[in-house]
Amino acid sequence: MFDITVFFPRAVAQGIPLLFGSTGETLTEKAGNLNLGIPGIMYVGGISGVIGAFLYEQNTSNFNPFLAVLIPFLASLAGSLIMGLIYSFLTITLRANQNVTGLALTTFGVGIGNFFGGSLIKLTGAEVPNISLSATSICFRKNLPFADKFGVFGNMFLKYGFLAYLAIIIALCVSYFLNRTQTGLHLRAVGENPSTADAAGINVTRYKYIATCIGSMIAGLGGLYYVMDYANGIWSNDGFGDRGWLAIALVIFTVWRPTLGILSSILFGGLYILYLYIPSGMNLSLKELYKMIPYVFTVVVLVISSVKNRRENQPPESLGLSFFREDR
Amino acid sequence: MQKKSLGTRFHIEKRASLPWHQSLIIRLLSVVAAFLVCALLTMIITGVDPASFISTMFYGSFGTPRKMWITAQNIAVLLCISLAVTPSFLMKFWNEGADGQILMASLASAACMIKLSDKLPNWLLIIVMLVLSVAAGALWAVIPAFFKAQFNTNETLFTLMLNYIATQIVAYFIVRWEVPKGSGQIGIINQSSEIGWFPQLFGSKYVFSILTAALMTVFIYAYIRYSKHGYELTVVGESTNTARYIGIDVKKVIVRTMALSGAMAGIVGFLLVSGINHTLTTTLTGGQGFTAVMVSWLAQFNPIAMIATSFLIIFLERGAIEISSAFTLNQSFSSILTGIILFFLIGSEFFVSYRIRRSANTEAGKEQE
Repeated sequence: MFDITVFFPRAVAQGIPLLFGSTGETLTEKAGNLNLGIPGIMYVGGISGVIGAFLYEQNTSNFNPFLAVLIPFLASLAGSLIMGLIYSFLTITLRANQNVTGLALTTFGVGIGNFFGGSLIKLTGAEVPNISLSATSICFRKNLPFADKFGVFGNMFLKYGFLAYLAIIIALCVSYFLNRTQTGLHLRAVGENPSTADAAGINVTRYKYIATCIGSMIAGLGGLYYVMDYANGIWSNDGFGDRGWLAIALVIFTVWRPTLGILSSILFGGLYILYLYIPSGMNLSLKELYKMIPYVFTVVVLVISSVKNRRENQPPESLGLSFFREDR
Repeated sequence: MQKKSLGTRFHIEKRASLPWHQSLIIRLLSVVAAFLVCALLTMIITGVDPASFISTMFYGSFGTPRKMWITAQNIAVLLCISLAVTPSFLMKFWNEGADGQILMASLASAACMIKLSDKLPNWLLIIVMLVLSVAAGALWAVIPAFFKAQFNTNETLFTLMLNYIATQIVAYFIVRWEVPKGSGQIGIINQSSEIGWFPQLFGSKYVFSILTAALMTVFIYAYIRYSKHGYELTVVGESTNTARYIGIDVKKVIVRTMALSGAMAGIVGFLLVSGINHTLTTTLTGGQGFTAVMVSWLAQFNPIAMIATSFLIIFLERGAIEISSAFTLNQSFSSILTGIILFFLIGSEFFVSYRIRRSANTEAGKEQE
C-alpha cells in the first residue's frame, strides 16, 4: 500500500518550492527584515517565468532548449527582484512597517500572478485555448540520462529536474555564506544589532537591500519550480496556494538554518500530501480533516520551540524593526 | 544629528509632529499619485483613456442604486473586520487570523441553522446563533493568545496556521452537510423557510450590516479611548515593561484583548451567514482578514479613520472589478490596484514622520513618489 520509493520523490517535489522560499526568507531575516511578502513573491517568480516562456514559445520558430530554460529563468529572477526592490525601498529607505508592507506585497503579488495567469492569452492576442508550456516544461524536467540505471536509488535521488538540485545547492551555499564568511558575519551583525554594525563601519542599508533582494530572487525560483517542473508547465490560478506561508513557517522550524531546511522541507512536502495516503474509505469528508496535518504540525512546532526557548534558537534580535541611525 | 542620504546634499530627520491637516494632505497626495499610476497602468493594459477609467471606477461603485447598496455593505463588512483586529494590533499582537476566526463563527452559525431549525423558535435560534458565533470566534483567537502570553509563541504564524486549520474544518463539515450529495457545497440554507435568516431592517437586507458596522465603530472607539481595558492594552502595546511596572497583568490583558478581537470577528461571521450569504463556504471571507490588517494600520488604528480607509479599498476593488469585466480580464486586477494604492499609502507615512532637508537648511521635503 504505502511505498516509500513512490512517496519520497513526491514529497521532494512538494518540498522544493518550500526549500527555495525558506532559504530566501532565512537570508532576508538574517538581515533583520521579516518579509511576509514571500507568498506574493513566489507567485510573481512563477508567473514571470510563465510570461517569459509563453512569449518565447509563441514567437520562436526553431525551439532551442537552452534558451527555453534560460529565458523563463531570467524572467523569474527579474520579476522577484522587482518585488524585492519594492519591499526594500518601502521598509529600508522609507522605514515602513514590515508586517504591513509584506502583506501588501503578498496581495499585490498574488494579484499579479492570477491576473496575468488569467489574462495573458487575451492580452497577447495569442490563439491558444490555455497556457500550457509543455515544451518548456520538458526542458525544465530533463533529468540525468543514466538515472534509470541506478534502479531504486536512481528513482529516489537522481530523477529530478535541475531546479531541485539547485535548491539544495543554494541552501548549502547560503548556509556556508552565513556561517563561514566575513560578509556573512557582517550580515548577521546587521540583523542582530544594526546600530553596533553601523558603528563598526558596516553599511547597514546596503546589506539589508542586497540580502532582501537576493532572498526574494531565491524565493521566486520556488514559484518557477512549481509551475515549470511540478505542474508540468500548466499555470492554474491560486494553484500555488498557501505554500509561501508554509515556507515562512519553515524558517522558524529550521531555527534559521538553511541546511536543516533541506530535510525539513522534504518532511513538510511529505506532510502536505500525506492525506492522500491515509486510508479513509468512502468517507470523503475525513480527507478534508487530514489536509490540516501540515498546519497542525507547524503549530505544534511553534509551541514546542517557544516552550524550550533556547538561546541559540532565537530569531535575529532586530527582526521586524527598521533601522534609523538617529534613533538611540 | 543628521544622516547622509540621497547623495551628500540631503539629510533625513525626524519631524517633531505634524499638524493633522498637513499629514492629511500628504496622505491625500499619495492617494492621488497612486490613482494616476493605476490609471496609467490600466491604460497600458486595456487601452482605456483616463477619463473613462475614472468614470468606470465610479460606475463600479455607485452606478446603480443596487451597486451603491452593495458597496455600502462591503464597506461595512470590511470595516467590521478591521475594527475587530484593531484592539490586538494596538497591543502589538500581530493577529493575522481574522479569516479563521470568522470562518469558525460562520461554521457555528451555519450549524445552528442546519441542525436546530426545527427545534427552536426563530427568534431564539438567531440569538443562539449569535452567542455561539461570538464564542467560536473568541475561542479561535484565545488559543494563540494563550500561548503568546505563556511562552511568547510567534503569534503571526500561529494565527496564520489557524486560518488554514479553520478552512479545513469548514471543508470537512461542508462535505458532511453538502446538498445535494457529491456537489461539494451546501447551497443556500433554509431557502424556503428562511429560518435563521436575520430579518430585514427597514425593508432592506443591506441595513443590518451597515448598522452593525456603525455600532461596532462607536463601541471600539469608546473601548479604546475611554475604558480602563483600552488604556491597559495600549500600555502593553507601548511597552510590556512599563505595563508590568505599573501593575498591569500583561498575560491577562493579552488573552482578554484577543478574546474581544475574536468575539468581534465572531459577530462578522454571524453577519455573513445569517445576514448576508445564508450559506457556508471556505472562501466566505475572501481573504479580507489580511486586507483588514492594512485598513486598520493605514488608519493609524483610529476607528473613525477606518471608515475612510475601508471606503477607499472597497471603492478601488469594485471599480477594478468593473474594469476587468468590461474588458473580460481576470478579476485579480483589483488586487494589483489595491497593492499599488497600499504601497503609496505605506510609503507616504515616511513623509509624515520624517522630512528631507538640503544641507543649506532649505526646505526640500516633498512627495517624491
